[in-house]
Amino acid sequence: VIAQAALAIVGVAASTWTVWAFPRSILAFLLFQASLLVVYLVRVPRWLRVALGVLALGFIMPGIGTVNGYYLEVATQVGIFVALALGLNIVVGLAGLLDLGYVAFFAVGAYSWAIFGSPQGNVVFGGGFPLAGWWFFVFLVVGLLVAAGTGVLLGLPVLRLRGDYLAIVTLGFGEVIRVLANNLDKPINLTNGPKGITPIARPPLPEFLSYPLYLYFLVLAIVVVVILVNRRLEASHIGRAWEAIREDELAAQAMGVPLVRLKLLAFACGASFAGVMGVLFAAKQVFINPESFTFLESIGVLAMVILGGMGSIPGAIMGASVVTVLNLQVLKGLSLWLNELRNAGTVILGYNLANLPTQLEPAKYERMVFGVILVLMMIFRPEGILPVRRRQLEAFHDGDAGGPVLDAPGAAGGGAR
Amino acid sequence: VDVQLLIDIFPQVLLDGIILGFMYALIALGYTMVYGVLEFINFAHSEIFVVGAFVGVEILLALQAQGILEGLPWPVVLVLVLAAGMAASGGLAVLIERTAYRPLRGAPRLIPLISAIGVSFFLQDLIRLVESLWRNAFNLVYPTIEPLNVRFELTQTLDVSVKSLVVIVAALLMLWALHVLVNRTRIGKAIRAVAEDQAAASLMGINVNRMISLTFLIGGAMGGAAGVLFGVQYGLINPYTGFIPGLKAFTAAVLGGIGNMPGAMIGGLVLGLLEAFAASYMSLLTHGAFGAEYKDIFAFSMLILILIFRPKGLLGEVVRERA
Repeated sequence: VIAQAALAIVGVAASTWTVWAFPRSILAFLLFQASLLVVYLVRVPRWLRVALGVLALGFIMPGIGTVNGYYLEVATQVGIFVALALGLNIVVGLAGLLDLGYVAFFAVGAYSWAIFGSPQGNVVFGGGFPLAGWWFFVFLVVGLLVAAGTGVLLGLPVLRLRGDYLAIVTLGFGEVIRVLANNLDKPINLTNGPKGITPIARPPLPEFLSYPLYLYFLVLAIVVVVILVNRRLEASHIGRAWEAIREDELAAQAMGVPLVRLKLLAFACGASFAGVMGVLFAAKQVFINPESFTFLESIGVLAMVILGGMGSIPGAIMGASVVTVLNLQVLKGLSLWLNELRNAGTVILGYNLANLPTQLEPAKYERMVFGVILVLMMIFRPEGILPVRRRQLEAFHDGDAGGPVLDAPGAAGGGAR
Repeated sequence: VDVQLLIDIFPQVLLDGIILGFMYALIALGYTMVYGVLEFINFAHSEIFVVGAFVGVEILLALQAQGILEGLPWPVVLVLVLAAGMAASGGLAVLIERTAYRPLRGAPRLIPLISAIGVSFFLQDLIRLVESLWRNAFNLVYPTIEPLNVRFELTQTLDVSVKSLVVIVAALLMLWALHVLVNRTRIGKAIRAVAEDQAAASLMGINVNRMISLTFLIGGAMGGAAGVLFGVQYGLINPYTGFIPGLKAFTAAVLGGIGNMPGAMIGGLVLGLLEAFAASYMSLLTHGAFGAEYKDIFAFSMLILILIFRPKGLLGEVVRERA
C-alpha cells in the first residue's frame, strides 16, 4: 500500500514537474493525464486518492492552464465530454438502449441558452434580449428540463421499438434536430440557420478569475455533480431496474419493473446531463451553429462509452478523456508535425515529404479513430477497458455464461407487443 | 397557389422521383437481404455503396487520362464501370462480413450493430485517406460522357436525358437478374432457406457461412451498382456521400417490410417519389416557408412513423423474433 501510495504521489509530482519544465510538449501533458489514471488504479486509502484528485484537478491543472492556455481548453473539453459520456452511459450502459442521436439533446440545451442569451432573442420575441449573464445559472436548470422533456417526447413513441430499430430511429431524430437547427431561420427566425448564433452571453465573471479558468471550474463542478448523481443512481433501485431491463426485458417485466416508465426515465436522465452541458457549451463557445451537433459527435460520445466499458462510470470518464485527448492533441499534434516536416522538405527513406499531399491531415480523421475503437472493442473486449467489476467477474467472453450485454435475444419482443 | 405550375412540373417531378426511387431500391436491397439472413442492420452498407461510386469515378478518370474515354462506345464504358463497381463493392462487403461481423455472430443484437457503425466510420475516412494520398482531393466529379447528357424534350415541361433512361433501365435489369437469381436458382433457394432457418438449412447440407457470404456479395454488388449509377446521374461524390442515401434506403427497406425483397423495391420507389414531390411541392404550397431542405426530415419522420405504427412495413413481412 505504501509503495502504491508513493507511486501515485510521485507520479503526480513528476508529471507536474515535466509539464512545468516543458510547457509546450504534448507528451508531458499526456504524462500528467496518465498520472491521474494511476491515482485511480493504485490501491491507496480513499482519502489519499480524493486528496490527490482534488490537488491535481483543482490546483495543478489551473496552474498548468496559466502556463499553457491550450491545455486548460483541452481539460474543459474533456470535462464536457465526460459529462456527455456519463449521460449516454445511463442510456446505453445501464438501460441498454442504443441511442445514436444523443447529441440532439446537447443541441437542445445549447440552443435554449443561445437564443435567450444573445440578440437572437430579440428576433424571436421582440426586445429585451440578451438576458443578463446571471440568467445563465437559471438556464442550466432550464436546459436540463428542456432536454429531459425532449427526451421524454422522443421516448414516448419509440421506446416500444426493438433495440436495433430504436437505434436507427434515434439516429433519424438526431438528424431531424440538426436539419431543423439548420433551417429554422424561416418562416420565423429561431436558430439563425447555418450562420449560427453569436454572441452568446457568459455568466458574470468573479473578479479574481479569468474566463478560461472560470469555465474550467464550472465544468469541473458540474462533472463532479454528474458523477455523484450517477453513482447514486447506479446504486439505487432505479439503477438496478435499468440493469435488469438491459439484461432481460421479459424477466424484468415479470419481476414487476415498469418497463416504459423506467426507459423513459433513463432517456430523460441521459438527456438532462447533455442539456446542462449544452447550456455551458453555448456560453463557453460564445458562438454555436448546427455544425457542432452532427451524427459524428453522437458516435464520438458512443465510442467513449464503449471504450471505457458500457455501464462503468470510471470507464466513461476514462473513455471520454482518452478520445477527446486523442482528437484534440494527438491527431492535431500529428497534423502540425507533418506540416512542419512538409514545409521543411524533410526526406525520409528517400521520399521527400514536401511532396506529401496537402489534403492529408491527421486532424481530420476523427471518424477513423471512432471506427477503429468501435470495431476493435466489439470484437476483442466488449466489456470495455475499465469494466464494471461485476461484469468482469461474469467473464462473458466464454459463450453465454455471463449473459448478454445489451438487448438480449429473446428479450427483444417484450416491449414490442 | 399557382395550380397551373403545379400541374406543369408534375411529369418532371414524377421522373425525378422514379430515378431516385430506383437508386434507393438498389441500395435498400443490400440492407434487406442481409437483414433477411442475419437479422442485422448492416450499417456499413452506405460505405459499400460509396466505394462503388469511387471505383467507378477512378476508372472513368483513368480512361480519360489515357484519352480513350471519348473513343470507346458509351455502353461499353458503362458496362465496364458498372461491373468494376459491383465487383469492388461486393468483394468489400464479403470482406467486412468476414472480419467485423462473423466473429460477433450469436452475440446480442446490438453488438454487431455497433461494430457495423464502426466499420462505416472507418471506411469513410479510409476512402478519404486513399484519395487524399492518390489524388490530393477527395471531392471527385464524374467525367461527363457526352452521349449520356443528350436530352429529349418530350413536352414543354418535361425533358428526359439519356442518362436518366440508362439509370432506370440498368436498375430494372439488375432487379430482374436478382429476382431470377433468388427465386429461380438452387443458390437462391439455399439463400432463402438460410434466411428461413439457419439450423435446418445447415442440416439439409447447405453451407450456411458460404450462403451468408454470398448474400453479402450480392447485396454489396447491388450497392456498388447503385453507387456508379448515383455518380453518373448526380456527378459529385465524396467519402461521406453515402450516409444520407444509406439512411434513406434503409427507410425504404423498412417501408417495404425489411427482409422482403419486392418490398425493398416498392419501398424505394415510394420513398423516392414522396421525396421528389415533397422537395418540389412543399415550397410551392407553403410559399417558400418550408423548402426542399426539409425533404430529409420528411424521410426520417416517415421512418419513425412507420416503425411506430406499422413496423412490418407495407408488404407486411413478418419480422421473426430470435427466441
